[in-house]
Amino acid sequence: MALTRADVEKVALLARLSLGEDEVELLTAQLGDIVRYVDQLAELNTEGVEPLAHAVELTNVFREDEVEASLPREDALASAPRQDGECYLVPAVLGE
Amino acid sequence: MSLVDASAAESLAELAAGRVSAVELTEACLAQIDAHDERVGAFLHVRREAALEEAAGIDRRRAAGESLGALAGLSVAIKDNMCLRGETTTCASRMLADFRPPYDATVVDRLRAADAVIIGKTNLDEFAMGGSTENSALGETRNPWDLGRAPGGSSGGSAAAVAARMVPLAVGSDTGGSIRQPAGLCGVTGMKPTYGRVSRRGLVAFASSLDQIGPLARTAEDAALLLEALAGHDPRDATSVPRKVPAYREGLAKPLKGLRVGIVPEQFAAGLDAQVEASVREGLRVLESLGATIREVALPHSAAGVATYYIIAPCEASSNLARYDGAHYGFRSESTEPTRDAHSREEDNPLVSMYRRTRAGGFGAEVKRRIMLGTYALSAGYYDAYYLKALRVRRLIRQDFDRAFAEVDLLAGPVTASSAFELGEKVDDPLAMYLVDLFTVGANLAGIPGISIPCGFDEGGLPIGLQLQAPPFEEECLLRAAHQFQTATDWHQRRPPL
Amino acid sequence: MSAPYTIVIGLEVHVQLATQSKLFCGCSTKFGAPPNTQTCPVCIGMPGVLPVMNRRAFELALQAATALDCQIASFTKWDRKNYYYPDLPKGYQISQFDLPFSHAGHLDIDDPDSPGNSHRVGIIRVHLEEDAGKSMHDEVAGQADSRIDLNRTGTPLLEIVTEPDLRSPQQAHVFLNEMKLLLTYLGVSDCNMQEGSLRVDANINLHIDADGEKVATPIVEVKNMNSFRAVERALDYEAGRQYDVWQETGQRLGDVPKQTRGWDEAAEVTRGQRHKEESSDYRYFPEPDLAPVTVDDAQRQGVRDVLGELPAALRTRLQQEFALTPYDADVLVGQGRELVDYFLAVAETSGDGRLASNWVQQYVLRTLNEQAIDIGDYGVAAEQLGDLVRRVAAGELDTGRGREVLADMLASGKPAAEVISARGIEQVDASELETLCRELLAANPKIVDDIKAGKQKAVGALIGQAKKMNPNVNPGQVRELCLQLADTM
Repeated sequence: MALTRADVEKVALLARLSLGEDEVELLTAQLGDIVRYVDQLAELNTEGVEPLAHAVELTNVFREDEVEASLPREDALASAPRQDGECYLVPAVLGE
Repeated sequence: MSLVDASAAESLAELAAGRVSAVELTEACLAQIDAHDERVGAFLHVRREAALEEAAGIDRRRAAGESLGALAGLSVAIKDNMCLRGETTTCASRMLADFRPPYDATVVDRLRAADAVIIGKTNLDEFAMGGSTENSALGETRNPWDLGRAPGGSSGGSAAAVAARMVPLAVGSDTGGSIRQPAGLCGVTGMKPTYGRVSRRGLVAFASSLDQIGPLARTAEDAALLLEALAGHDPRDATSVPRKVPAYREGLAKPLKGLRVGIVPEQFAAGLDAQVEASVREGLRVLESLGATIREVALPHSAAGVATYYIIAPCEASSNLARYDGAHYGFRSESTEPTRDAHSREEDNPLVSMYRRTRAGGFGAEVKRRIMLGTYALSAGYYDAYYLKALRVRRLIRQDFDRAFAEVDLLAGPVTASSAFELGEKVDDPLAMYLVDLFTVGANLAGIPGISIPCGFDEGGLPIGLQLQAPPFEEECLLRAAHQFQTATDWHQRRPPL
Repeated sequence: MSAPYTIVIGLEVHVQLATQSKLFCGCSTKFGAPPNTQTCPVCIGMPGVLPVMNRRAFELALQAATALDCQIASFTKWDRKNYYYPDLPKGYQISQFDLPFSHAGHLDIDDPDSPGNSHRVGIIRVHLEEDAGKSMHDEVAGQADSRIDLNRTGTPLLEIVTEPDLRSPQQAHVFLNEMKLLLTYLGVSDCNMQEGSLRVDANINLHIDADGEKVATPIVEVKNMNSFRAVERALDYEAGRQYDVWQETGQRLGDVPKQTRGWDEAAEVTRGQRHKEESSDYRYFPEPDLAPVTVDDAQRQGVRDVLGELPAALRTRLQQEFALTPYDADVLVGQGRELVDYFLAVAETSGDGRLASNWVQQYVLRTLNEQAIDIGDYGVAAEQLGDLVRRVAAGELDTGRGREVLADMLASGKPAAEVISARGIEQVDASELETLCRELLAANPKIVDDIKAGKQKAVGALIGQAKKMNPNVNPGQVRELCLQLADTM
């Protein structure tokens, strides 16, 4: 599947990246090359092959329902770019 | 022999005998760092005072007759993608340049419990994405064997630090070869354990189903020592395997007689540098001389490894790195210039603009490339063709290994197709850089352990690595073979010309 | 006049599970803590953290799905749902996509549109996921920034998706009541809408009969409904609005993208919400940090064994064992398991289920409502109320005096027998009662005549006089005896 400039722009929004004009151009070319390369997988017959999502296939791993100490709020907020002592601050969340 | 030339195992004996102190060892490492790291650039952060303090504490406790951990007094360097409480953990990214996690990674807990001295944090490709450490946003690392060349990556800082005798032990992480490849290019011993053998908690995730922490050292014995300290079940990592950790060092002396070693003919085909081939074949003869038998085995899907890897890893990465959006920690772009939707040319809302500016400014080119690739491959209409397809091929690759290991105990072959490349040589050709991982990604996709050990040098004086791979949880066998190999060779003892 | 269309509604309900700690970390789930005091590196989504699943959350989830008659999958896994929002610090929500732990269940409700009949609502799936945090924005105060509180982030959440089987806003309301009742009986959630532990979104459209052709209007998702009543009103409004829009534009399902509208409680209207098309590309993929979960038949049976008696079965039992009307059984069961247990004890001690039901409904529930307390805090033990009801049933005292006794019991905490004797209440024996009645009749010849003439009501005047002469007489007995004696005079 050929990768277009429009694809790159759409994906950039999905990935929350802002790309300059030259970045869009470069990425269209580079991602195009990579996608052409990975397209070789299409030639392999994988009919009836179960996907392998985990390298070691464990099941039923749980923790018990026990409360542990939370972080003191000032430690939680210490790394925040903006905060008011109680909450994280981000540019207005409007609509939705 | 100077203190920095001693192996970790030798230093432990000296410490136990009271012939050297932890402070002296730490000072020797710091002196070596002072002497060479300005040129090598292995470290992003050296914990000078903290390390000396920790060492002094260990000396005091030893003097008081207290029982000490297995690594007591040894200096260890940590790749800077593992959390150290209250201290910068950057992943070599602008995004986390000032980030101080409020917790220690489990491997850090284990190193502390073993009384290791954590001497500093080493450089890496940003978020461990790369094979040369050139993608670091925070520093340049050079190969100690030739300062004009890359140390490999992404654990390039850890490999260079060990090679340059700045530290006897280092911790790295390996997602597609990120321990084994720089170990090979820097002439040190580096192992990726079985997936689930070492806790990933506190390792900043790149590709969660592939990432694994492992040791780098100059000898297999030291790697065994460090792995024994790092490994073990962690109830806080649901992918950590509840399985006893063998005493890796104890089995090292067992001879290799009867060991069945497999080679994959395709790995010796066109594309493999002639000098690399010669050294690897010589390494195979050494194994034979130690009693191993060599036979050919097939990994029919290994050629698809890189393609499979470069779908799965970016997909997981695109999601793992979504958290770096400027909202809760890390870098935030303070510009208020709105970004624009490419199609409608409409302004994004202030929140979306903040996200997009922050991520555009906080990530480097390779990280953005992989986020874009992964986002694309997971997006509507492409998931089945790319991600799901790759997971199916991943199982085929795993089955190849299972079949091969029904016939042989270990696989042996090259780590990379050539020795260390020049800085800047591949930075503009991402696909060429990806193909460097050809021989290493299989172990990550299949979850099996692999080790890289020095097996020779090329005419330019650059080290060449031999990769051994084993079935899941057969680290003991890998380490034994590597150790026996090192009793018969001295490639691992050579010093870089610093 | 019935509407010229059928309303088609499906609900998506989110319920917080009643665990002590969050789904993937040890932070408390307690409601009402100051912002950002119940978070840790895991739920803040800091670099390097890993989730580990809360066993209790999965157990509660299994119980809920089993009670909804769902199929429990043998193999289930979790997936990442990727989207950017500041109350979602990892940039993805750990949820379930293609292999939810349960599917294909149902819940039967009493059909409000056809009283006495049951209506089956299919459950498409129930899955377990993590909650997001809270973002607050005060536009009135003109804040430039939104404030983010992550206390709720990572709380275990059950998502229950129904088939589009509901045909009226009233049915939707009844369904929600019944589901809430079921989940609170199980103890899997407190279902407190005010505290956000139960949230409802609805999908609604109309099937219009237009000149013999069935036309479906575009499906609208309605959000922001803060009570079951609000759900009913919002859906009522939305059905009308969709009909108006259809008449105006003729738009059918598929003509426009699916719309999301928010219920404006004050204005009593739904309003369109801005919705970016790309935001629905969630790029689900299997969560690599969690192991899948398997469930075998023994576990399935184990879950069924711990469910206990569910509301529907309990209603039937109350009707059959105690001869209660469906209405009375429903009222009692609707009050929750603890009240039903209280009723059962009263019924057993008193030996009269119907009378016990009357007393519990009329007097106990009234007090609970007035004082806004739960049955656990009610001052009269069930056995004591049962004792009192038994005495009333046996005619030892009349209902009125019984009420007085109950009030005393409630105030003093003393048992029924003690209050009764302290009040000097004792049974009047038969000869004493007859003497008293004969005296009354003799003194009131006019009333005797009236009674003989068939005006039985006239005897009422005598009851008051009898009570004055001896407060212990049973009005019912006085009435009966006077009528009997008057006829013989």
